[in-house]
Amino acid sequence: MSNAPQSNSQSVSPYSSQNAAVRAELSEIDASIRSSAIFFTISAIFWLLAGTVFALIAAYKAHEPSFMGDSALTTFGRMRSAHLNAMALGWGNNIIFAVGLWIMARLCRSPIRHGGVLLIAGAFWNIGLTLGIGGIIAGDITSVEWLEIPHYATPLLAISYALIGVWGIVAFKFRKGEHVYVSQWYILAALFWFPWLYVIAQVMIIWFPARGVVQSVTNWWFAHNVLGLWLTPMALATAYYLIPKVLGRPIYSYYLSVLGFWALAIFYNWAGVHHLIGGPIPVWLISAGIVASVMMVIPVIVVGLNHHMSVVGLHKEVWRSPTLRFVVFGAISYTLVSLIGSAMAVRSVNEITHFTHFTVGHAHHGVYAFFTMIMFGGVYYMMPRLLNREWPSAPLIKLHFWGSAIGITVMVVALQIGGWIQGVEMNNAEIPFLEIVQNTMPWLQARTVSGLFLTVGHIAFAVNFFWMLFAAGAVRAKQGPTLLDSTSKEGAA
Amino acid sequence: MKNLPLLFCGIFFALAFSFTGLILSSNIQLGSLTQTTETEDENGNPLEGEPLFPMQSVGLAQQGKQVYIEMGCIYCHTQQVRRAGFGADIDRNWGPRQSVARDYIMQDRVLLGTMRTGPDLMHVGGRPLNADWHHLHLYNPQITSKGSNMPPFAFLYETRKIDGEPSADALQFPPNSEYGPEGGYEVVPTRRAEALVEYLLSLKLNYSLPEAQIVE
Repeated sequence: MSNAPQSNSQSVSPYSSQNAAVRAELSEIDASIRSSAIFFTISAIFWLLAGTVFALIAAYKAHEPSFMGDSALTTFGRMRSAHLNAMALGWGNNIIFAVGLWIMARLCRSPIRHGGVLLIAGAFWNIGLTLGIGGIIAGDITSVEWLEIPHYATPLLAISYALIGVWGIVAFKFRKGEHVYVSQWYILAALFWFPWLYVIAQVMIIWFPARGVVQSVTNWWFAHNVLGLWLTPMALATAYYLIPKVLGRPIYSYYLSVLGFWALAIFYNWAGVHHLIGGPIPVWLISAGIVASVMMVIPVIVVGLNHHMSVVGLHKEVWRSPTLRFVVFGAISYTLVSLIGSAMAVRSVNEITHFTHFTVGHAHHGVYAFFTMIMFGGVYYMMPRLLNREWPSAPLIKLHFWGSAIGITVMVVALQIGGWIQGVEMNNAEIPFLEIVQNTMPWLQARTVSGLFLTVGHIAFAVNFFWMLFAAGAVRAKQGPTLLDSTSKEGAA
Repeated sequence: MKNLPLLFCGIFFALAFSFTGLILSSNIQLGSLTQTTETEDENGNPLEGEPLFPMQSVGLAQQGKQVYIEMGCIYCHTQQVRRAGFGADIDRNWGPRQSVARDYIMQDRVLLGTMRTGPDLMHVGGRPLNADWHHLHLYNPQITSKGSNMPPFAFLYETRKIDGEPSADALQFPPNSEYGPEGGYEVVPTRRAEALVEYLLSLKLNYSLPEAQIVE
C-alpha cells in the first residue's frame, strides 16, 4: 500500500477516471441531474438550519421551561415536533432526493430524463413541508408521533414524493449493463417502501382511524420503518457507493452484501412494535417485534464487517478524505446504535429505558450519528462533481466534522446515562416523581451544550457550501481536491 | 445481483409480510372489540341492565382532548398503565389496574405516548387532584410542583381587572404567591383551559373489564 495516498487523491478527484469514455458518460449524467440535486441540497441545508433552531429552543426549554413560555406557538410539544419534521422530512428527505437519486442515476449509467419534473416536485415537497410545519406550530399538530403534519399538507407531500420516487425507479428502468450494484438494491427498495408506509399510516391513523390501539401498532410500524426502511437503506447505499469510490478498491464481499440486504429487508420491518413493550396490545405482537429486533444483529454485523474489511489498512486515507471521515463515522455508528437498539428491545432492558430520555438519545444516535453523518459525506463527494469546483475551505470542513462528532457524542452519552438513571428511578415507587425530574436536569443541560456544538458544525457546513456555490473564486479544480491532511498543500488554502 | 424478479418480489413481500402480520392481523384481532360490562355471563356476553365500558367521552371533555392534542401533551405524558411487576406504574398509583386494548376502542385518536418526562395520565382524573389544582398547575407548574420542567400554559388564561365582585372561576393562588396577579386583578381560565381540565378529570381507569379486573 505504499502508493495508496496517491491513488486515494486520484480517486477523490472528479477528473481521476482513467477512461475518457466513462468520464464523459458520468459528466453527462451529472449534468442531467445537476439542477435538481443542487436544489434539493440547498433545501436540505435550509431545513437543517431551521431544524437546529427548533432543536435548540426545545432542548433549552426542557430545563428552563418558562423560556419562550408565553406563547402557544413555542410550547415544548410544538417545538420538538417542528424539529423532528424539519429534520426527518426536510433535511432527511431532501438530502436523500439529492444524493440518493444522484447515486442511482450514476450507477444505472442513465441520465435523468425530464429533470424539470424533479424540480417542480421538489418545489411542491418543500411548499407542502413549510405549510405542514407552519401548521404544527400554529396548533394543527396531530399528536401522532412522526406524523404530526396536519391533514391539509400531507396530500401535497404524498404527490410530490410519488413523482420523485417514480423518477428514481424510472432511472433504474433505463439502466445500462447487467449487473445491479448493492447500492441500487437499497435505493430501489427504499423508494418503494417509503410511500407504502406513509400512505398506510396516513389512511389508518388520520383519514379513517382504525379501532383503538390498532392505530398505535400502525404508528410504530410506520415510525420505526421510516428509520429502518427509508433512512437506513439510503445511508447504507451511500456508504456502499462512496467507500469503494474514494478508496479505489472494491467492497470486501459480495455475499456479505447480499446477506446484509436480505436480512435487513426481512427483519427490520417487524421491529417497530418494540416501542409498545408493556403496552395494551396483544403480547404475541410484542414478542414478534422483540424477536425481529434481536435478529437485526445479523444484518448489522454483516454490513459492519463488510464496511470494516473494505477500509481496513487505509485508515490514513479515510481520515484525509472529507467524504470518508464522515461516512466511516456514520458506518461505525450504525453498528453501535443498532446493537444498542437490539438490546433495548429485550424486555428486561426495555422496562428501564422505555419512556425515558434514553430512547431520545438512541433516536439521535441513529438519525444523526449514522444517517446524517453519512449524508454529509455524500454531499462532500457529490458537490465538486456537480459544480466542477472544489470545497473552498478545509478548516471549515474540519470544524463541521468536529462540531458534529463531538456534539452528537456528548448528546448520546448524556441522554443515555441520564435516561438510564431516570428509568431505574421511575421503576422505584419510593422515589418521588419530582425528584426524578430534578435528577435529569444536568443531563438535559448537557444536551443543550451538545446542541451548540452541532450548531457550530452546521453553520460551518452551510458557510462552506454557499461559499462554494456562489463564489466564483472557489474554482480550484486544477489544484486538486480539498483534503483534510495538514501536511498536504491541497487542503491548506 | 442479476436476478431482478427475485429482487422485486423480495422487496415487495418483505414489507407485505409485516404489513399482514402486524397491521392486518391486529386489525382483525382488535378491530371487532366492543364495549362490554365489567363481568360477562358464561357465554361471554355483556350482562343485561349493567353499564357498558369503556364509556364514550362527551361534551367539554371531548373538546379538551383537542386542546391536549394541540398543545402536544403526548410528548411528555403517556396514557397507558403497565401491569404490576413490569415497571412501577401501579405502585405509583398511576392506575388501579393495567390498561388493555379495549380501554381505547371509543377513541378517535389514541394517545398512548412513549415518553414520561411527566407522569402517566391514564387515571389522572381518579387521583385526589381537583379542578382548582389543575388550573394552578397548568397556569404555572411551579405553583403546585416546584422544580417541574413542564412549561407554563398561562396563555390559556386571562388576567383581567376585577370589576365589582371577583369572578367565581378566578384561580385561587396560595397566599403571597410570586405567580399571582397584581392587586385588583384576577386570573380566569379561558374556555379552552376549562375544556382541558374537564378532559384531564375525565381520564379514569376506575372500571373493570372482563379481561382486566380491579383487585382491591
